[in-house]
Amino acid sequence: MTENILELRDVKTHFPIHTGFLVKKHTGSVRAVDGVTLSVRRGEVLGLVGESGCGKSTLARTILQLVPTTGGMVVLNGRNLGEASRAEMQACRRDLQMIFQDPYASLNPRMTVHAALAEPLLVHGICSRAEVQGQVDELMRLVGLAPRLARKYPHEFSGGQRQRIAIARALALRPKVIVADEPVSALDVSIQAQILNLLSQLCREMNLTLIFIAHDLSVVRHISDRVAVMYLGKIVELGPALDVIDHPRHPYTKALVSAIPVPNPDIERTRQRIVLAGDPPSPINPPSGCAFHPRCPYAVDRCRSETPHLVAAGPAREASCIRLSEIS
Amino acid sequence: MPLLSVTDLRTYFHTRNGVYRAVDGVSFEVERGETLGIVGESGSGKSVTCYSIMGLIPQPPGRIESGSAMFDGVNLLRCSPAAARSIRGKRVSMIFQDPMTSLNPYLRVSEQLIEPLLIHESISKKDALARALEMMEAVGINDAAKRIHFYPHEFSGGMRQRVMIAMALITRPELLIADEPTTALDVTVQAQILDLIRRLQRELGMAVIFVTHDLGVVAGLCDHVQVMYGGRIMETAGARAIFNSPQHPYTQGLQRSIPALQPKGQELFTIPGLPPDVSKEIPGCAFAPRCGFAADVCKDRRPLLEEYLPGHSHACVRARAGELSDGPMSLPENND
Repeated sequence: MTENILELRDVKTHFPIHTGFLVKKHTGSVRAVDGVTLSVRRGEVLGLVGESGCGKSTLARTILQLVPTTGGMVVLNGRNLGEASRAEMQACRRDLQMIFQDPYASLNPRMTVHAALAEPLLVHGICSRAEVQGQVDELMRLVGLAPRLARKYPHEFSGGQRQRIAIARALALRPKVIVADEPVSALDVSIQAQILNLLSQLCREMNLTLIFIAHDLSVVRHISDRVAVMYLGKIVELGPALDVIDHPRHPYTKALVSAIPVPNPDIERTRQRIVLAGDPPSPINPPSGCAFHPRCPYAVDRCRSETPHLVAAGPAREASCIRLSEIS
Repeated sequence: MPLLSVTDLRTYFHTRNGVYRAVDGVSFEVERGETLGIVGESGSGKSVTCYSIMGLIPQPPGRIESGSAMFDGVNLLRCSPAAARSIRGKRVSMIFQDPMTSLNPYLRVSEQLIEPLLIHESISKKDALARALEMMEAVGINDAAKRIHFYPHEFSGGMRQRVMIAMALITRPELLIADEPTTALDVTVQAQILDLIRRLQRELGMAVIFVTHDLGVVAGLCDHVQVMYGGRIMETAGARAIFNSPQHPYTQGLQRSIPALQPKGQELFTIPGLPPDVSKEIPGCAFAPRCGFAADVCKDRRPLLEEYLPGHSHACVRARAGELSDGPMSLPENND
């Protein structure tokens, strides 16, 4: 039986909006993450998908406590991170690491790769100064780079190599959970494949738990065990990756899957597409009831007033739509 | 006669660090009403090809070293500035990747929309506005009569790209060059924009050059596809042929590395190594250093793009000699 390593209970992250120049007035809030409940099992790869502005990156930052939580709990290994003291939090950070989207911005240009990889080891007292060299060499080999390259600076590397360095840095502390925020979307297809292979190999070998955020469903389908689909700060569908992406239940997931062009002319030209009208609404003033109802092809009057919750939608699957049984 | 015929285009950038051969001998044709997809990774020269045709290469540091781009009998690369102006923006238009930066933030959308009309046609401002309004409706902007007077920042990303498309198509061009028009957009919005381009192309009967790195987009939209690498064309064929029977090892590798085409969980095929450094002269095939099939002949002599079947050409000497079925030679090291 696998245990849950990370649990989110009704997590909310709202950002206040202030207007006025001299006298600041609180005039509302951006509900970036608005009530997310989620359990992540040890060793699993959870994909988190959604369009820009749906709150997936804010959720990542909330899990790492990089932004203050407005409500709810983030529980890592049985410990509520919101209540942890500074010292406790630092200990927790060893178990919880992040890989960012842009490998050009997330490495310090004035530190050699060696310095960037050695820093977390020394800060957390993982090893003595004498042992650092060996550890750094091992990390470099782990991500498929020659150890002698560690003397170089980030600008001397290509995008794919920099992302390898970012992964090495995240692995330095032997974390249990890694949150990867769009780690491959800045990379070209041939380089993206290298990084995806590396990530899934590392997860297997080190029994890592990976939260993989992406907007590219085909990448998420490839790497994840389970996938959570977000829309406007909420999870609308959750389940095994293949089931959710190949047989979506929620109308938003259906539209999202159908919007992705298939790289096969014979299929792409004949398949049915659901083209959604309009843009995602603003998280400042989300629509009443189901947030998706203004764009939903199945919406009825009831969707405007009734707020849907995640309910069981098949084996190990959940979806939040009040018309689930009527539309499938 | 093709609408646009590009022959041996070479665009080099002369910088302090050397000469970057961004486009290095590219030839292709676009027929009236046809959609040509140009696919490639970053740095493959696909955007520079388009910029060269449109005369948007900053000179210096860029320089068009050789080649011609014949559009309806006029060489766009060598004609007088006045002749080029009468074609650019009227008969050939372009839309860009980033709708946030390609509209002027200080001008109302209405003024930007009618500008090409006022320049290229003898038309009154009132009639021009009426045409602009018609175009706004054609690209699916609701409440166009009111929103035409908005500033660009009042539109969302997808809406801005619609405004860009309206602006490019308002003069009813014969050729539209679209440089990654959906890369900055979300997939649901991308689906809307692709539908729109498809519909307007049918209505206006224009030819489209569609630059993208997304093979999925190409599959749904393009009649012809050409694959670029290191400033050169590696393979060009009909969309079906490119997907169903790719001949060049690079095209094959590209396809095998897309997760969407592979069974779940299976290790993805990776092309070892890094994209070529175009600041150095590449005497042989640009892909040879990363190619599992490369032989000595690939490294020494530059392969030519030659016809394999009617309408299907590739630049691989070993594929042409039928030697690829032997399986790859030893793969180069995946490092440095």
